Amino acid sequence: MKVLASTALAALMAAGPAGPALADIKIGSTLAMTGPASFLGDPEAKTLEMLVEEVNAAGGINGEMIELIQYDDGADPNKARTFAVRLIEDDEVVAIIGGSTTGTTLALMPEVDAAGIPFISLAGSISIIDPVEPYTFKTPHTDRMACQKVFEDMQKRGISKIGMISGTGGFGASMRKQCLEVASDYGIDVIADESYGPKDADMTPQLTNIKATDGIEAVLNPGFGQGPAIVTRNYSQLGIDLPLYQSHGVASQGFIDLAGNEAAEGVRLPGTALLVADILPADDPQTEIVRAYKTAFEQKYEMPVSTFGGYAHDAFRILVAAIEKAGSSDPEAIRDAIEETSGLVGTTGTYTFSADDHLGLDLSAFKMLEINNGGWTLVD
Amino acid sequence: MKLGSKHTTLLVLAVIIIVAPFFFPSSYYFRVGSLIFINGLAVTGIVILTGYAGQVSLGHAGFAGIGAYACALAPVYLGVHPGLALIIGALLSGAIAFLVGRPILRLKGYYLGVASLGFGILVAMLLTNEAQITGGPDGIRVADLGIRGLLREMGFRVKGSELWYVLTGICLLIGAWLALNLHDSPTGRALRALHGSEVAARTVGVDVARLKLQAFVISAVFASVSGSLLALQNRFITPEVAGFLHSVEMVTMAVLGGVGSVLGAIFGAAILTTLPQVLTVFAEYEYAVLGLVMMLVMIFLRDGLLPSLAKLIKGREQ
Repeated sequence: MKVLASTALAALMAAGPAGPALADIKIGSTLAMTGPASFLGDPEAKTLEMLVEEVNAAGGINGEMIELIQYDDGADPNKARTFAVRLIEDDEVVAIIGGSTTGTTLALMPEVDAAGIPFISLAGSISIIDPVEPYTFKTPHTDRMACQKVFEDMQKRGISKIGMISGTGGFGASMRKQCLEVASDYGIDVIADESYGPKDADMTPQLTNIKATDGIEAVLNPGFGQGPAIVTRNYSQLGIDLPLYQSHGVASQGFIDLAGNEAAEGVRLPGTALLVADILPADDPQTEIVRAYKTAFEQKYEMPVSTFGGYAHDAFRILVAAIEKAGSSDPEAIRDAIEETSGLVGTTGTYTFSADDHLGLDLSAFKMLEINNGGWTLVD
Repeated sequence: MKLGSKHTTLLVLAVIIIVAPFFFPSSYYFRVGSLIFINGLAVTGIVILTGYAGQVSLGHAGFAGIGAYACALAPVYLGVHPGLALIIGALLSGAIAFLVGRPILRLKGYYLGVASLGFGILVAMLLTNEAQITGGPDGIRVADLGIRGLLREMGFRVKGSELWYVLTGICLLIGAWLALNLHDSPTGRALRALHGSEVAARTVGVDVARLKLQAFVISAVFASVSGSLLALQNRFITPEVAGFLHSVEMVTMAVLGGVGSVLGAIFGAAILTTLPQVLTVFAEYEYAVLGLVMMLVMIFLRDGLLPSLAKLIKGREQ
């Protein structure tokens, strides 16, 4: 009993662990390494770790070594906020990469803004960069762009009347809203609009409703996690013979495995170059960088590379390029240099930031992919 | 169960709150401090409900959610000051607790636990699904309380985290003072009688249903205010504040520290708030450590950490 009490007290007193050996440039990150969003945070954290080792082994940035301080916020916005304060006030980092989810990102934004620390988010929502906040940038394309890419492809195929079935989780709800907003730009009518909860195990009723709607020509399913896989399976079980579109949220081999090769056959979705690294044409500007990252990651961690790790890869590359260019580790100088980033090729796309664009990607960052025989093929 | 008189408890709390900042190397510690105070306030409400009256609620985060979203939504839709929104949230939580608690608390045993569990989940679902009003699962921004701006105009420049350390510290002191007053009042004695034996309490003329309801409403208001403070401090809130895990966290903090004593429960809140910060190095094992600590406390220190330790020390002195 006494031992327990004294350990507890000792633990309390040690609340501020002494920082490790001094490094020249401190970069902080708070990611959802565990918890419900760990499929995002885990590859992101591993990617950062790998890249820091790589840069340091090659002599650092302008001769200065990088020290990476990583915290696990478990996708809890309140924790992310606290870790942001800790990174800024206690660890005194010069830049922060992080916020695996939109919630954690939005929670820590006021903190980086007040302190004037450049911050690159790895979360999807458009609300992070619209309106533009001076210190916040992000690398993943927005869900609005995913909608536009899908609608562009539908337009090419002459589809104009579609049904939507969306998850009610953060990702699905946000993407559904964005899709509804831009649908008319592409002459697309959403004539059926269904939803499902994050833990639902069967979407047959909703899909039956959509199937029964007159004139439907295709179905789009914004959502991530297991939901879209269930939709895909139910879709094939019901024998619906219309094109099915999924979102970039499920652009991974895991989705095909979960839905099954047969059900997933012919499903189209917007994805990044990373997913199709092996079949990219050699003259594609992204080919080299995507293959290098994929090989390095898979060799080190013996697990398949994911789009999400790619977001962290791009954020880190942007940051390193900015610090190199700024020639100093002053947060203000780094921020300005990030904003001047132009034509930087990453795994997600080619980044060109400006004062009123803190995402810096265009639609070309997405590749339209189709699933064939349990693998990916490029549509365009 | 008792740790000295009411005034010693308040004095100890006040001294800790005032002295601790002298040992803070950076303003990050003020942030952790204010989170402890916010959790401590919610847990003080749990002490009244569970420690005094012996009722278990697994849905108090629902009230924290109501308080938090009142501060986010009332300034936007009703045009009121965020400070007033905190009071609106507290009144709303109290009223809802009254309506929900009235039928449930007439029942015995674990009905309150199960029903409140359902209530908490309902609130979380409402906040998640009514996205056009609440901003949905991605959360919503909260208006500025305006105190920092006011102080700046008066010529004082304070950091946000320091200001909130003071504000939440004061709120916690007021909350603890109210809870301790209640403990020694006739109502408090009746509540404790009810805790000891419902039948015996009824026999001596205690209106059991009414008292349980009172305790439930008061603790709901505590939870609501803590949610409001969190929202106002973070200037941003997501539906997770009303989530089931947050409810469990509140009860865990109270039980760990000692649900019968205000100081003990706040101590529990302090431990569980700092633990994730201390354990960042082995974040993956956080829940394993937490589970182990809980089990050990339940087995060896049944009154909770602080009261059991106090008893131990007292025993040795004699």
